[in-house]
Amino acid sequence: MIEILSPSGHASVQDGGRPGQRHLGIGGSGAMDGLALATANLLLGNAPDAAAIEVPGVPMRLRFLRDCAFALTGADSDATLAGRPIPTNWRDFARAGEDLHLGHARHGVYTTVAVAGGIAVPSVLGSRSTHLRGGFGGFEGRLLAAGDRLPVGDSGAGPGAFGVIAPAKALPLEGDGATLVRVLPAAEYDAFDDAAQQALWTTAWKISSQSNRAGYRLVGPGLDLAEPIEMRSHGLVPGVIQGPAGGQPIIQLADAYTAGGYPKIGVVIEPDLWRIAQTPLGGTLRFRRCSFAEGLAAHDALQAHLGRIRVWMATCGFGGLAGAAA
Amino acid sequence: MRLDREKADPVVSPMGLSAVLFEAPGAFDLDTQRRIWALAEAVRNWPEVIEAAPGMTNLLVGFGAPLRHFDAFAARLLAAWQTAEPGRAEGRLFTLPVVYGGAGGPDLDHMAGVTGLARDEVVTIHTSRDYTVFALGSHPGYGYLGTVDPRLFIPRRRVPRISVPAGSVSIGGWQTGASASDGPSGWHTIGRTAQRFFDPASDTPVLLRPGDRIRFVAEAILP
Repeated sequence: MIEILSPSGHASVQDGGRPGQRHLGIGGSGAMDGLALATANLLLGNAPDAAAIEVPGVPMRLRFLRDCAFALTGADSDATLAGRPIPTNWRDFARAGEDLHLGHARHGVYTTVAVAGGIAVPSVLGSRSTHLRGGFGGFEGRLLAAGDRLPVGDSGAGPGAFGVIAPAKALPLEGDGATLVRVLPAAEYDAFDDAAQQALWTTAWKISSQSNRAGYRLVGPGLDLAEPIEMRSHGLVPGVIQGPAGGQPIIQLADAYTAGGYPKIGVVIEPDLWRIAQTPLGGTLRFRRCSFAEGLAAHDALQAHLGRIRVWMATCGFGGLAGAAA
Repeated sequence: MRLDREKADPVVSPMGLSAVLFEAPGAFDLDTQRRIWALAEAVRNWPEVIEAAPGMTNLLVGFGAPLRHFDAFAARLLAAWQTAEPGRAEGRLFTLPVVYGGAGGPDLDHMAGVTGLARDEVVTIHTSRDYTVFALGSHPGYGYLGTVDPRLFIPRRRVPRISVPAGSVSIGGWQTGASASDGPSGWHTIGRTAQRFFDPASDTPVLLRPGDRIRFVAEAILP
């Protein structure tokens, strides 16, 4: 068990998501930074999509109620375990009664706190992720609060500590001071006027404070259609960039609605969604046009990064520490 | 203004690397939608497909991994569309009492203004036909209902409302529906119903199914 001692605004239990239920209106939810979740689970020998605690960049304190291997990935949040500094992209071991403290995020936004065996809340409709709008999944279908006691799954993972390279270093994408992500033009790209198409690729878009796990609203030039159209609603996925008429673009993210009908100018490729999740509100985003083949190459590069960690862990003998990973 | 864009041919476009959107050609009507439901049933059995979510005369197809051969998949989808036969099953009928206007229907006045109708005419027209559940989507249990009388056509809001409560009855474009939980909406909310549409603890968490019919009945029209 893990006890939440002080809540962190919007911390929640998230896993790899709730796939395959959009036809019921039930969206994927799941980790905002899927790479951080996959990495943390790899370091612990968990299944890649095992549930963890996702902490959105504000201080939080929790207590391990039993000996437990854990990992921190995602944002660097100045963490300490019983007063001892714990780096990010790091696996360590807590003794029963020790407190883990996360401070304000220094780089990035979402910190993933994963434990060996995963957070063992019940699976609801195929996932342990918290579905905030539906009020189900995760811990009682809601954000975490002080006093919550989260069950931890069984694992053979023992003591030991090691870290791995930060994903921003392993998978660099130079963005001229902004977060750069790669975008496929979407179905209505050609319906936007020339100025909007230009603006998409050249603007340093500021992330509005009216942004959350469902989507990020962007501040910059309004995107106009060449002529108005009223769309038929259709299925949405995380990464879709919608342009409401004359308005500010919205990027759909983990808690995106399953359907919507604003014109789509582009779609951020899945292997770059973690970069958006780790860009703070008020930060800037740039979009680079990419082809489908370039998108596939980006996906392969991300998988190769995880593969190198897996091989390195096995080579160094950390596989046994992590349990099943090797 | 083009109120609706009818496509001459079906269109398949990438939705990221691991999903595609199929859009049917022609009118926004029930016959086209019945073919979309048939296409969804066929595609759902393909090995690489993990979800097939009908929209309004369109279909989102999701995969468990990136699609390696987009063009080949698109061709297969178009071929399946050509052979998709619309089913004829009759759905169930649900009758939903609605309180129009007042706090639960903040956009009724706006609807009347934009359409040039009186408030009670908007309500009379909205309750004068049975709607079909074209698709489930947006949030858990929400049914997209079609189609609204042309006199009630209204473009979506330029800026979505931050939140409307569960039960909110709204119109957007040719579509209408009733919110299944509290949340943002880009549509125009004209009333509220007490009906609940989603229960995650139930064996059948979602009340509505595509093909079901909805009849709105005016319980009251508040100023």
